[in-house]
Amino acid sequence: MEQLLNDFSPGLFVVQTILLLGLILLMVKFAWKPILNSLNDREEGIQSALDAAEKAKLEMENLQADNQKLLKEARAERETMLKEAREMKNKMIEDAKGEAEDQANKIIKQAQEAIKSEKKAAMSELKNHVAGLSLEIAEKVVRDELSNKDKQLELVEKMLGEESLTEA
Amino acid sequence: MTIPNLVGAGLIVIGAGIGLGKIGGSAMEGIARQPEATNKIQTAMIIIAALLEGLAFGALFLGK
Amino acid sequence: MVVISFICVLLRKFRNRNFTMKITYKSNPLIALLLVALFSANSFALDGGEKQDHQQHDGGQVDTKEEVEAYILHHLKDSHDFSLFSYTNSEGERKHFGFPLPIMLWTSKGFTAFMSSEFHHNDDGHVIVEKNGVKLAKIHGKIFELDQEATEVSFDDLHHATNAHKVFDISITKSVVGILIIGLLMLFWFSSLARQYKTKKIPTGFGRVLEPLVIYVRDEIAKPNIGAKNYRKFTGYLLTVFFFIWILNLVGLTPLGFNVTGQLAVTACLAIFTLIIYSFSGNKHYWGHIFWMPGVPVLIRPVLAIIELAGALLIKPFSLLVRLFANISAGHIVVMSLIAIMFTLKKDLTVGGATALSLLLSFFITLIEVLVAFLQAYIFTMLSALFIGMAVEEHEHH
Repeated sequence: MEQLLNDFSPGLFVVQTILLLGLILLMVKFAWKPILNSLNDREEGIQSALDAAEKAKLEMENLQADNQKLLKEARAERETMLKEAREMKNKMIEDAKGEAEDQANKIIKQAQEAIKSEKKAAMSELKNHVAGLSLEIAEKVVRDELSNKDKQLELVEKMLGEESLTEA
Repeated sequence: MTIPNLVGAGLIVIGAGIGLGKIGGSAMEGIARQPEATNKIQTAMIIIAALLEGLAFGALFLGK
Repeated sequence: MVVISFICVLLRKFRNRNFTMKITYKSNPLIALLLVALFSANSFALDGGEKQDHQQHDGGQVDTKEEVEAYILHHLKDSHDFSLFSYTNSEGERKHFGFPLPIMLWTSKGFTAFMSSEFHHNDDGHVIVEKNGVKLAKIHGKIFELDQEATEVSFDDLHHATNAHKVFDISITKSVVGILIIGLLMLFWFSSLARQYKTKKIPTGFGRVLEPLVIYVRDEIAKPNIGAKNYRKFTGYLLTVFFFIWILNLVGLTPLGFNVTGQLAVTACLAIFTLIIYSFSGNKHYWGHIFWMPGVPVLIRPVLAIIELAGALLIKPFSLLVRLFANISAGHIVVMSLIAIMFTLKKDLTVGGATALSLLLSFFITLIEVLVAFLQAYIFTMLSALFIGMAVEEHEHH
């Protein structure tokens, strides 16, 4: 301790105090203040840039989400439109088919009816024709038969005989 | 340096050695247990070791 | 190679060129060749030229344990001239390589200034300089003023001067030169870094090395210990002290032979600055806790106040100043003692063995000292920040 106190130099202490004080003041004024200020500014700048980037990213994400939504909506719309169109098409086809069928049926019916009525007419005509024809034939036959007396009698006889047979 | 001075200096060194050993050992254990806290433990270790060192040096110089 | 040459340059501290030449001459030819090559590569233009060895031994020789010890103790002290090394020339005359520094004294007759060369490198009080009517002598690095009637210094048994007293010495000593050089260097480096920010966001060149260090001190030392709210106004002091101590510690490891942070006056000044800063910035909670500790019985409070006051005003700065001083002095002593193994053990290990051992050991210790140089600057700044933080801390409870 004694030796240490002996080694202690008050002059050096005073000089060092003055120099250190000067050094601190000069360093603070010319070095530390500007350095720390610029470091702070830079850090704040970096921070705000990062924040801005984050914000931009968020906005971008929002925008993208919006786009996505729009796209989705558009797609859905297209889908529904396509569906509607398809349905419409089907319906149209269906309708057309039904109509055609109806028409066809109608035509068939009409045809059938026409055929029927034609047939009827043909039939009645045929009947008439047949009746006329048979009457003609019968007239001819009867005319022929009645020209001969014997044969008339024989026929009567035969008819009579048949009659009795059926009665017996 | 007289004999009592030397003995005293030896005692100081023993005490400081034990203390530093305990600080270092505990710090190692702490680091082994929580490697993620290494920086904090090291800083605290250095501070405590420095305080102990100051004490030991003070005692050594008082005896010199 | 660089490190070896660095250590070899350290050897020059021993001021004995002849002697080194002699050992290399006698030792292992390879090492001799190496050392000679290094020395001739590093040598200054000497005024005496390379006068060779085989000369007589004189006071400059550092050989025995006692001489080594005296040499180391001499180095640890501040000196009034800047001597790099000295040697003895062929005429047996000491040649000193270096330059004198101005001596400024406040004597009983007022202010006196002259160059240290007037003492002719004498350090035991035999050369007496008369200035302004006072007789001055230099004894072990201190300037003494002789009593009025005395013509030469007389010593008692303990080698204390009996007819002379110390004067107030504000000379530009070697340490002051170191402080000035490093101060100007710091001012130059950091103000150029500060200027760089005016034109660009990111510094270039050497500023790129300094900037992370500034950020390190701010973010790892100032902010966590003082708190984000108050740290800003103390950061300037902490940065100055950190770089001041660190650079001076590192310069102390070079062969220039500065031992600035190993001067008690310097470390005491640094510690007192810290003391003043944390005492004056202490808030009322801090002083309240020192003088009237809440939460303890009233009778104990005065006792605690004494202890706390002693802790705050004496123990804290004392531990700061002694730690730095002791670590740096111890480092210098160890490095120089290990270099001195070359001389002290040469009889036991042969010259080559002692040189190799000394090179190896001093190499590793020097590496450790580089770490210690940083660590001590860090711890001083850290503890200063911690003490300031304790003084400005906000207490919201109690």
